Amino acid sequence: MSDAALSVHGLWKVFGPKAGSIIGTPDADLPRPELLARTGCVAAVKDVSFDVAPGEVFVVMGLSGSGKSTLVRCLTRLIEPSAGSIEIDGDDVVTMSDSRLRELRRTHVSMVFQHFGLLPHRQVIDNVAYGLEVRGEPKSKRLARSQEMVDLVGLSGNEHSYPDQLSGGMQQRVGLARALAADPSVMLFDEPFSALDPLIRRDMQNEVIRLHDEVGKSMVFVTHDLAEALKLGDRILIMRDGAVVQVGTPAEVVARPADDYVRDFVSDVPRSHVLTLRYVMREPGPDDSTEGPVMSSDTVVRQAARAALASEHVVRVVDDGELVGIVDDDAILRVVVAEEEATPA
Amino acid sequence: MTTVAVRDSGVPTSGVLAALRRRGKLWLLALTVLAWVAVWAATRGTSTQEIGGATLTDAHQWFRGRAAWVEDAASAGTNPVFGLANGIADLLNGLIAFLQRLFTVPEFPRPYPEIGWLGVIAMAAWVTYAVAGWRSVLLVVPSFLAFGFLGYWEDSLDLLIITLVSVFIAVVIGIPLGVAMAHSKIVSAILTPVLDVMQTMPSFIYLLPLTIVFGIGSAAATIVTLIYALPPVVRITAHGIRSVSPSTLEATRSLGQSGWQRLRNVELPMSKRTVIVGINQTMMAALSMATIAAFIDSPGLGQPVLEGLRRGQLGASAVAGLAIVIMAIMLDRTTTAASIRAERAARAGRDDRRRRRLVLTGTGVLTLAAIGVSHNQVWANPFPSSPDLGSPIAAGVDRFADWLRTDLSGLTTAIQEAFTVWFLNPVQDLVANSPWFVTAAALLAVAAIAGGRRALASTAVCLAGIYFLDLWYNAMVTLTSVFTATAVTMVVGVALGVWMGRSGLADRAIRPVLDAAQTIPPFVYLVPILILFGPNRFTAIVAGVIYAVPPATKLIADGIRGVAPATVEAAESAGTSRLQMITKVQIPMARGALLVAGNQGLLYVLSMVVIGGMVGAGALGFDIVTGFRQTSMIGRGLAAGVAIVLLGIMLDRITTHAANQSASTNPTTATHRRRRPLTGGIA
Repeated sequence: MSDAALSVHGLWKVFGPKAGSIIGTPDADLPRPELLARTGCVAAVKDVSFDVAPGEVFVVMGLSGSGKSTLVRCLTRLIEPSAGSIEIDGDDVVTMSDSRLRELRRTHVSMVFQHFGLLPHRQVIDNVAYGLEVRGEPKSKRLARSQEMVDLVGLSGNEHSYPDQLSGGMQQRVGLARALAADPSVMLFDEPFSALDPLIRRDMQNEVIRLHDEVGKSMVFVTHDLAEALKLGDRILIMRDGAVVQVGTPAEVVARPADDYVRDFVSDVPRSHVLTLRYVMREPGPDDSTEGPVMSSDTVVRQAARAALASEHVVRVVDDGELVGIVDDDAILRVVVAEEEATPA
Repeated sequence: MTTVAVRDSGVPTSGVLAALRRRGKLWLLALTVLAWVAVWAATRGTSTQEIGGATLTDAHQWFRGRAAWVEDAASAGTNPVFGLANGIADLLNGLIAFLQRLFTVPEFPRPYPEIGWLGVIAMAAWVTYAVAGWRSVLLVVPSFLAFGFLGYWEDSLDLLIITLVSVFIAVVIGIPLGVAMAHSKIVSAILTPVLDVMQTMPSFIYLLPLTIVFGIGSAAATIVTLIYALPPVVRITAHGIRSVSPSTLEATRSLGQSGWQRLRNVELPMSKRTVIVGINQTMMAALSMATIAAFIDSPGLGQPVLEGLRRGQLGASAVAGLAIVIMAIMLDRTTTAASIRAERAARAGRDDRRRRRLVLTGTGVLTLAAIGVSHNQVWANPFPSSPDLGSPIAAGVDRFADWLRTDLSGLTTAIQEAFTVWFLNPVQDLVANSPWFVTAAALLAVAAIAGGRRALASTAVCLAGIYFLDLWYNAMVTLTSVFTATAVTMVVGVALGVWMGRSGLADRAIRPVLDAAQTIPPFVYLVPILILFGPNRFTAIVAGVIYAVPPATKLIADGIRGVAPATVEAAESAGTSRLQMITKVQIPMARGALLVAGNQGLLYVLSMVVIGGMVGAGALGFDIVTGFRQTSMIGRGLAAGVAIVLLGIMLDRITTHAANQSASTNPTTATHRRRRPLTGGIA
């Protein structure tokens, strides 16, 4: 997996006395309360593996206490992992010396936090420049770069404000600009918008999508909000009690939940917004009309619905010039109607 | 609640039974006192271990021997430890003598100091403007003028020199120590008990041993002041650094900052304001200690206060005391303003900063000119002797004191006698006139009931120590003063504290008064109380009460305020009357705060009652004062110092363990378990 931007394999984090000795024993498979009672330890992250491709937005999602924040902190060893390997741009993070680790944090990976973590005694521009400052960039250079970042996140005109003069959403824009300033290859987000109110949260999500389109970083995005996960993620990793339950694209997770936990999770999701035709199409039969509209298999049902229902013929799903399936009105209506029943107005 | 009951009694008990057990404690305490009174009635006056005022026992001679050995070793200069002490003493004496020649003592062959009043005031104003802003200048300049017009220009500057030199050293040592404490659990575990001892030990006690090592005068004065003033800046710095937002620390760590960058860019700037509050506390502690250091011949305003007390010229003492109060207010307000300004200055725009630099340069040049003028011109050097405000005030105070003594003595004597006859004498009779073993048994029983096994052990050790120091009777007399003064303190503290805790208006009205009372060096309190009541035990007790009421009241008020509003609201909706609310909800839920207030009250009172020894309270305090004055009595003075420390430890252990036990049976009070308020101090 050398072409991955970030590669995690067999990662564990156990809190408690003699934490390391539990991994690999049968104790490690115990449910959390029993493990705590037997050993006094809590396994926050249990045997997690995943790869993030360059430019991918990889979402880690789970309820509070599922270990997702611990996981993302292990990636740059803000929390020291107990076992496993982490590779970022081909470098092994776990065995790095302190100075190499600092170098990694200064240049390769940056992070955005739920509670912003701004320096209250510094102006916006100096907060944004802080990462460049600690790595020793000359003043003129770091100020120029910070100004660019401030403009990029839409804070122009607020350079000389102090954090407490800004709204929560604007403070998080500062956090975003600070993380972008170092021009890292990987960005980590730990529930960055949970502390913001819903409208601002939506703006900020769109902001992240826009920035991702512009700068194209690999991102690991932690959230407990499924809608946010589905909106932002190229792929989603669902965690429960420290372990991975499912990894997949938003449509996969919604269409084929790995277990009841995930099914329960995604039951409220507006399926037509997430499911693609791939998950509702059937095998093409000899009787199917060939005059209906042609769509690709990753078209979202909602986008397909109008054209599909307007046409008297079934939709032909074609990938790379090859007919892979048929979607009829029933299939579309099943998704749309089921959803309306599930979410009473 | 239940689990504790199970552990204590070995039988499972319900919450109701546990509550009964708590009540049971009160009954047991009452029974103990009753039994004590019964035994006392039969045995009073026997085996009280009372010794004559000038009696020296073997234990006292042993202390005197140690003192002589230390003195010899110090003067011989062969012992490296004392060599170092001598070196430090010479350095400090040299530094302070140099500053005195600059400001307060004629520099031969000049008949005047190098810098006269004009230069001093200009410098003070300029520094104040630089650190605290122009508003503070409007306080500082009149304060300095007042020092002069009250007739204590040199003494005031001497006191300032000792105070500021000590504060400077305390800050230079204290901030790194505080940082180390915040960063390392080990350092914190080592330093915390040391700081506890430095703050709880009544300062009066280490004066004597330190003079043996450092000699009397400026050096010893600076060092006692430093010892007393160091803990606040260390603790508050550590607290400030620990309170830096963890999310900011984590975020900046994720950017790859080094440890040094964390300290310089994040921790220190974010805790700057707290650290300045620490410096403020250190400054106030230093001022109060530097005043008391007059006992060991420190130059400064303490001298005229002490002189006046010794000669019975209360008017002179009062004027010098007034100058001290002015200085206390000036230093407190200025450092507080500096802490507020620190933030604003950091946020000033570039134009503001440029303008400020211009103003500072301009006024700096003017200040230098003023210093030059005061060096060369006689009119600007010695402070003008007229108008003389000090003498008329002193005369007025003396007239007032005479009037009190002749015309109002009926009232003050009546108060004093009522308290003495109905309260003080019976308690003292019981505590000090019981046979020593009866009192000891009673105190041990109280310790065991209130504080459990660990309190019992500490009490046994402390009482044994006091017994072997041959100062049992005097220690019991002192203990009586402490008990009675603390009882009064708690009555006043609960009344005021409950009122403040319930009414925001009362809080806003009373708290500034309490704050002001706490900034005044306790030594100064003695003067007006002496004027009112004359030299006796009662005066020392009143001084102790006045000294201890502000901290106790604040703790109780905060405790009452800390009672969960939801609980109060629920009780209100259940139809609770005001009295019921206070007695059934607020006071029980604030019990932890009350116990902490009692603990602090005892320790504050103890330290003040000791100082009261010199104004007729007698007992251990008198033994110490005599130790200063007569070399032959130094052994007994040192022994008395140790006895006071033992008393303090005993009272602290009993009340702390009692508070902890109460907290473990009553979860709502757990938040008040902190052993000592951050800034709590005792002179």
